[in-house]
Amino acid sequence: MSHILFNANIHIFIYKFLLVGKIMISKKDVQYISHLSRIYTDDHEAEALAKNLEGILTYIEKLKKLDIKNVKPTSHVLPLKNVFRDDILKESLGQKNATKIAVKSEKGSFKVPQVIE
Amino acid sequence: MKLNELTAHELLDLIKTKKETAASIFSAVKRAIDALDKKINAYAHISEKPIESTDSSKENPIPIAIKDNICIKDYLTTCSSHILEGFKPPYNATVVNKLLDSGALITGHANMDEFAFGSSTETSFFGPTRNPWNLECVPGGSSGGSAAAVAANEAIWALGSDTGGSIRQPASFCGVVGLKPTYGRVSRYGLIAFASSLDQIGPLTKDVEDSALLLNLISGHDEMDSTSANLSVPDYAKALTGDIRNLKIGIPKEYFIEGIDPEVKTNIMEAIEVLKKKGAQFKEISLPHTEYAVATYYILATAEASSNLARFDGVEYGLRCHPKEKRRTPIIDMYEETRRQGFGQEAKRRIMLGTYSLSSGYYDAYYLRAQKVRTLIKNDFDEAFKEFDAILTPTSPTTAFKIGEKASDPLSMYLSDIYTISANLAGIPALSLPCGFSKDGLPIGLQVMAKPFDEEMIFRVAHTYEQNTDWHKKKVTL
Amino acid sequence: MKQYETVIGLEVHLQLSTQTKIFCGCSTEFGKDPNSQTCPICLGLPGTLPVLNKKVLESAIKIGLALNCKINSLVKFDRKNYYYPDLPKAYQISQYDFPIAHTGYLNVKTGDETKKLGITRAHMEEDAGKLIHDPAIKSSLVDYNRTGTPLVEIVSEPDMRSPQEAYDYLTTLKLHMQYLDVSDCDMEKGSLRCDANVSIREEGQTKLGTKAELKNLNSFKAVKSALEFEVARQIKLAESGERIVQETRLWDESKQITISMRSKEEAHDYRYFPEPDLVPFMVEKEDIKNVRTTLPESPSKKQDRFIKNYKLSTYDVDVLVQDRKISDFFEECVKEYNQPKKICNWIIGPLLQEINSNEKGISNDRLSGINLVAPTAKTFTDLIIKVEDGTISNLVGKSVLTSMLDRGKTSAEIIKEQNLAQVSDEGALEEIVATVIAENSKIVEQIKSGKESAIGFLVGQSMKKTQGKANPKKIGEMIKRRILND
Repeated sequence: MSHILFNANIHIFIYKFLLVGKIMISKKDVQYISHLSRIYTDDHEAEALAKNLEGILTYIEKLKKLDIKNVKPTSHVLPLKNVFRDDILKESLGQKNATKIAVKSEKGSFKVPQVIE
Repeated sequence: MKLNELTAHELLDLIKTKKETAASIFSAVKRAIDALDKKINAYAHISEKPIESTDSSKENPIPIAIKDNICIKDYLTTCSSHILEGFKPPYNATVVNKLLDSGALITGHANMDEFAFGSSTETSFFGPTRNPWNLECVPGGSSGGSAAAVAANEAIWALGSDTGGSIRQPASFCGVVGLKPTYGRVSRYGLIAFASSLDQIGPLTKDVEDSALLLNLISGHDEMDSTSANLSVPDYAKALTGDIRNLKIGIPKEYFIEGIDPEVKTNIMEAIEVLKKKGAQFKEISLPHTEYAVATYYILATAEASSNLARFDGVEYGLRCHPKEKRRTPIIDMYEETRRQGFGQEAKRRIMLGTYSLSSGYYDAYYLRAQKVRTLIKNDFDEAFKEFDAILTPTSPTTAFKIGEKASDPLSMYLSDIYTISANLAGIPALSLPCGFSKDGLPIGLQVMAKPFDEEMIFRVAHTYEQNTDWHKKKVTL
Repeated sequence: MKQYETVIGLEVHLQLSTQTKIFCGCSTEFGKDPNSQTCPICLGLPGTLPVLNKKVLESAIKIGLALNCKINSLVKFDRKNYYYPDLPKAYQISQYDFPIAHTGYLNVKTGDETKKLGITRAHMEEDAGKLIHDPAIKSSLVDYNRTGTPLVEIVSEPDMRSPQEAYDYLTTLKLHMQYLDVSDCDMEKGSLRCDANVSIREEGQTKLGTKAELKNLNSFKAVKSALEFEVARQIKLAESGERIVQETRLWDESKQITISMRSKEEAHDYRYFPEPDLVPFMVEKEDIKNVRTTLPESPSKKQDRFIKNYKLSTYDVDVLVQDRKISDFFEECVKEYNQPKKICNWIIGPLLQEINSNEKGISNDRLSGINLVAPTAKTFTDLIIKVEDGTISNLVGKSVLTSMLDRGKTSAEIIKEQNLAQVSDEGALEEIVATVIAENSKIVEQIKSGKESAIGFLVGQSMKKTQGKANPKKIGEMIKRRILND
């Protein structure tokens, strides 16, 4: 179930973690996560975030103390199942109302900077 | 007493006996907003005229403040964030429709921590809300605006949202009543999501009776929300019997270890005595996984949040920014600069923490593990409720702290949620009501929890306590 | 020189033909004004929540059963997180570890054999919007009409061993899916999309080679051409000792080559986690049984049955089976008039010709093409019987069919109206025969000298003079008698 990541930084990070035991997050790690989150961070911001994340992640380590081998995960706290709707048409907003919220629109479409394929 | 200082049930009586009109009540509230809000900043957006429906039953024409993360059609709904600047949703949240149908007069959107990330309302793009009991202090968060508005009588009652304590903790800091209903009791459709498996909308009110009345208005199955329970809604007002004889209430020992303010502890103990006199039986219990709740929460909630907030990117609505110099491609630059400028520090921290814990290689170690610990925490409560009718704890280990005091230490801010977080993880209902004041004059909150869909039990216990004390009658002086 | 084996797997996305989208009540109709079929939910507006369209789950179960898959009893949805302007929530609701169906197969006729090609899984997910690039204004325009359209992704095992096999898999899959009435399966409209994964390995090897993922394949032919090009490219690399890189390559239809996307590509980290806004779905054995009863007979079973019961040729049956409504129509006709071969010929020939020439739009139900009135089994077989019993000639029969379909009348009505009854009475035909013989003395000479086949020419001339009404068999006999007995 694991995805293959091609980023060398994360591989180094995993290795560091296994070696040391304390969570260490570098500026480079933060810059990788920033891009994955689509939030630009400059050097200065990345350093500050790295320290914050280190502190929080180190605290979260305490969960490793628990034996969870035979515990089922909880995705939904209510025992609800099989909630459906019927295949019946409902009123749409229509082009005008849908694009009313647009930052930029043109010809009834939402306009964004050109996406280079 | 001024009209805006009364409770909803008192006002409804006055309206029924034709002693007052809905318009005069709204005017009184509006006057208070105009006079006070520059100082308190409880509101993110104030509506000059009440937001109402022309087609309503007119049964509950009570002025209400709605937290800024609950969608009101064609009205600024911004989660107190820069990134949603100018956003006016083309639809109402289900709870807003229910309120408008019953005649509610909405005063505007209440201030909050940006995207509900916080326990102090200090991360709002519109500046912090101040605690009406002491303007140097925080009102709590993230529903700080809702709680402060009710405490300062800038609204008769309010709606907030609670993901890890965001209704209860500000209720506790502001001396009002705040309820987090059972997960699934109230529709989430139209609540801008923070953590989908934990969020619930709930009432903030001046007393327990109002809480029951407002819960009546907003509860119920919603076909637009797959996670809303298909259960009938009882009349919660009928639960206010005042009879708690022979009820068994558990006191979890893990909630009384180090870190709790001695004044808070004293007040809780006194509250227990009040309830004992009315016939309730108390026993110490153990919720052994309590110490893991904060860590569990901060993985699950931030992971879900990182996904829920990924849509704020400048493409469709809200803020859009471009960097001065090209970095990657025009579209990616737009995403990254919009989110850089649009999100505050705490939002960025949480999104990155969430992204990290879901990222390749970490899912099992963090997210999956946290989901399993969540099961253990839920099981603790299931076990306890086999024998006990309710659980009683402090709402917060401290009273309201000073503005700026915890802002630079996120972890210490997170740890202040320790008593409220477990109820969200287990999905159970929990309520906070005032049980005293510190010697500095800051309110202290008492938390009552019950098993899923047993809000009636909570109301019974809380109402009994309230009617045998007069904390709810104390008003702020501003 | 080394011998290489080709290994191909295909990922096919089917857009379901439900009336509404997968998680909201907006219409799925194709080709409407931009953003006219959107609502807060499919626009991904904050605060909105998905609710599953029951018909989508039913269709997905049908697809799984038709592909001989195991249907999972626990079905859940997951979020696949990535950023692209046509994805409004910045995540796609899809299925990760508990897809609706898995471990099935499809029997595919390819070349002379029938191969059992494995199906790894089929899962439900929502479609994204459409992005149109406008370089003139340095912008891209987003239309969210398509967002939220239900998709079923069908992933095959890497069992195909040649581009031709891949092509045959696609045509077979399309036919099977069309039978279920769950999708238009139209690549032009985008209701069927295909990506291909291809690698090579030395013959005898069991380990999979490095694969390339091919995208931008807009027709079955393109799939085959792209695979052929890619296999040749990979073999060339392998033989020159160069490394084959795992990458996505786009098919360029005009240049007929694949182009690497590697420089623009980032390995995606989709950060899958269970969708908290949707509760799990339990599919009971009862539910599966109920869906199974609604399944039509599969095309392959129908083919076998038609060959066995009606003694038709493989070619005939292949054509009949292409459209479920046509094969059903065929069987209804046989009930009326038990001459399967004759009926088959009339359907494959004149009827399909009419339908094809009239088809203005693409519709799954070709029997009721846009401008035609659908024939009933009774009126159609009546017409055939009239030709068989000599009431009208074969040629006239075809034009009567055209009129029937255009105007919805019965053959009897049209024959009477246009006075088309075949003339078989010798007395009436005498004059025509005499005239034709007189006008074509050269041909008559040829016939007399032994070229009997030229009689056909004279029959043709006679038919022309009688507007096709003469009984050609009769005419032929009369001409032959006249000339050869003279």
